[in-house]
Amino acid sequence: MKEDIKELGQLFIIFAKIGGFTFGGGYAMLSLIQEEIVKRHGWATEEEVLDYYAIGQCTPGIIAVNTATFIGYKRKGIAGAAVATLGMIFPSLVIIMAISAFINNFLEIEIVGHIFNGIRVAVTVLIFNAVKDMYKKAVIDKVTLLFAVLSCAVSLWNGASPIMTVLFAAVIGALVKSRGGKRE
Amino acid sequence: MIYLTLFYEFFKTGLFSIGGGLATIPFLYDMAEKFTWFSKERMGDMIAISESTPGPIGVNMATYAGFHAAGILGGITATVGLVFPSVIVIILIYKMLDRFKNSAFRKHIFYGIRPAVTGMIAAAGLGMMKLSVVDWKTAVMFLILLFCTNKFKKHPAFYILLAGLAGGIFT
Repeated sequence: MKEDIKELGQLFIIFAKIGGFTFGGGYAMLSLIQEEIVKRHGWATEEEVLDYYAIGQCTPGIIAVNTATFIGYKRKGIAGAAVATLGMIFPSLVIIMAISAFINNFLEIEIVGHIFNGIRVAVTVLIFNAVKDMYKKAVIDKVTLLFAVLSCAVSLWNGASPIMTVLFAAVIGALVKSRGGKRE
Repeated sequence: MIYLTLFYEFFKTGLFSIGGGLATIPFLYDMAEKFTWFSKERMGDMIAISESTPGPIGVNMATYAGFHAAGILGGITATVGLVFPSVIVIILIYKMLDRFKNSAFRKHIFYGIRPAVTGMIAAAGLGMMKLSVVDWKTAVMFLILLFCTNKFKKHPAFYILLAGLAGGIFT
């Protein structure tokens, strides 16, 4: 019981930390999740995080929040899901309300823009590092390499819908894999 | 009662916006038309602030909109309403996945999905790079950060703070 409460508290704090450093959309939180959830706490494997992320793309809601719900539920059931999700949204609640209430011209403050010039660079680097780790787990043969390159190209080319890309990859991948399996 | 309406509207938004925070924007436009909570003109600021503060963009926009509609309780109501449907959906999906835990079918499906998602995120990184590396100063920062993050395995948050500081001083 005591252990449970302790882990629930940990889930809240860690996801609040992740939420508090998620800048520029859900992708930024990937390297934070890898660091905290995969490397430090071992609460999920790299592959699981990738899968949750893929599912989060295709299901209703915010991807970063969906990933938090997944990991929370995996660790501690419904209470874990609730606590991790609340942790993820907690920093937004505090920061956005504080800014709305006290700062009228947040966007016109000059230093904010400069700081964000820097943060955006860091987020870019962190995304690439996250991709590097994911690549090692996801690209395991020539077919998966082709999938990764094609998906990257399609997303760059016309910003194809992520849902369509994921569904397409699921179907083609399953077809390739099950046929290959029969031949072996 | 405004809290119930807020909860309902954001619940709907959370349920039907698939594929990330920016998918909530059309729903917010709809709310701006239907209610007096915030104006359409305000939405530009709303999006900009949500993008330049920590936290997922969709969550930030819900908090912002709810707060402007009905204060602190409004902000909380809207945000919880937004994430509520996805919590239920994700729990159901997790249970389903768990049932197929060791099946070949599940492995086959994710065999293709994993590299596709990796490619998609690489594309997002390249898109982000186009916005962030805009001159020689940011290019130097990019290279230094790329080197340091791989050489010294510090917490990602440390590099975000460091880069914010560097941005404040040098750009």
